[in-house]
Amino acid sequence: MSSLRPWQELSPGGTIRPTDAEKPKTGSWRTGIKPLADLSKCTNCLLCWLYCPDSAILIEDTTFVGFDDYFCKGCEVCAAVCPVGAIEMVSEETETPERWVMRSDESGS
Amino acid sequence: MAVKTQEGAQLLTGGEAVAYAMAQIDPDVFPVYPITPQTPIIQTFAKLVANGKATTEIVNVESEHSAMSATIGSALAGARSMTATSSQGLALMAEMVYIAAGMRTPIVMAVGNRALSAPLNIHCDHSDSMMIRDSGVIQLFAESVQEAYDLTVMATRIAEHPDVMLPVLVCQDGFTLTHSEEPLVLTSDEVVKDFAGEYKVPLPLLDVEEVTTKGIFALQDYYTELRYQMNAAMEAAETVIADVFDEYSPLVDRPFGLLEEYELEGAEKVVFLMGSTAGTIKDVVDELRSEGQKVGLLRLISYRPFPAEAIRNALASVDEVIVLDRSDAPGAVPSLHAEMAAALYGSGVKLRAHVFGLGGRELVPDEARAIFAGEAPTHVALRS
Repeated sequence: MSSLRPWQELSPGGTIRPTDAEKPKTGSWRTGIKPLADLSKCTNCLLCWLYCPDSAILIEDTTFVGFDDYFCKGCEVCAAVCPVGAIEMVSEETETPERWVMRSDESGS
Repeated sequence: MAVKTQEGAQLLTGGEAVAYAMAQIDPDVFPVYPITPQTPIIQTFAKLVANGKATTEIVNVESEHSAMSATIGSALAGARSMTATSSQGLALMAEMVYIAAGMRTPIVMAVGNRALSAPLNIHCDHSDSMMIRDSGVIQLFAESVQEAYDLTVMATRIAEHPDVMLPVLVCQDGFTLTHSEEPLVLTSDEVVKDFAGEYKVPLPLLDVEEVTTKGIFALQDYYTELRYQMNAAMEAAETVIADVFDEYSPLVDRPFGLLEEYELEGAEKVVFLMGSTAGTIKDVVDELRSEGQKVGLLRLISYRPFPAEAIRNALASVDEVIVLDRSDAPGAVPSLHAEMAAALYGSGVKLRAHVFGLGGRELVPDEARAIFAGEAPTHVALRS
């Protein structure tokens, strides 16, 4: 955390620009489980992105590419709203690929 | 008695006059809820809008709490916003008044001062303004219809000054001013519009190029700093008010000040108060002066910020100041009494204080004489 600023350096009434705000790592107090997406099932409907309360769904342009461990708190909302069952919750200790995504057809399972 | 009026003067009530000033400024948004004795203000303003004098969007809300909420929202969004209220309306609004000040919202509000319930009373005292005395809003008190008008014309410039950014309340005594016709000279539309200028606030919410968050959460880490900012804004406001007064004064050829000194030259006993009752005191000062008594009046226009140093200087050679509060503080001393005791502490000026005029009770000249003579009870005209 950066040092606290004196009153003279605060905008009147505390108006905040996006650049003023720190990004706190809320993912550090995740519940002990994390989502794992199966890209071979994913239809890219982006409901998870729409519903995620913590902006933890990563997209590139309009394509789902995974989860952001910096913000994900393991709330399970994404798994609950996924209409094709492409997201399962796994324990924190489970070894997962980067961004917590895999392709089941590629893994041969 | 024939009243000699200034050239170009016309008769308007205080309510009509401030509505006229507001229409000349032509704010963008005016959320408002009616309440006696404020109602003539919005009634007149709505008529002026309907007749094309102003293009303001009047928002008829469901309560004063909503009126102030909507005023804050539109002002921070980037629209010049005004409202008006009295008494119970100000009480219902109080939560949002603190928020308006804390969010540094440059709004202008006309107040027709009226006693707070209970008992229910619609007439003037200043208890409604006193209730929000520490909210961080600027409060200017008028003596006359002319002054209520002029202060309203000047209010946006004070509220919107980048060093200030606080709500400005232009307070006038309910009924005594709001409903009483007095001769006044209106400033021309062009001069008022030019004086008020364009509404500019830093980082308005509707600026999509630079998005911002307003109404933040601040705990032990920043709450103190953000509340302290208002002290600096109020300190700056003292200078800004004086500067705005000095700029407007030559345009209308009338003097303005945070204080009005009346017969202070050589005065030994001086009454100190706010509002329309100053007129009665001035008459009595004139009478007592003609009888050889060294009396005077110091009238406070800027209640917040409270110009303590200027008051101390104005009263430097006075023996005794008599503070008249138009509100009570059961179990303590009312606001002006306390402020003056603090301002004059160690100055050697004697201080006496009375409460007067609660719920619209008139202070008549005989009582003013008794006050100067030291023969009035603590609560003026109290039956006991």
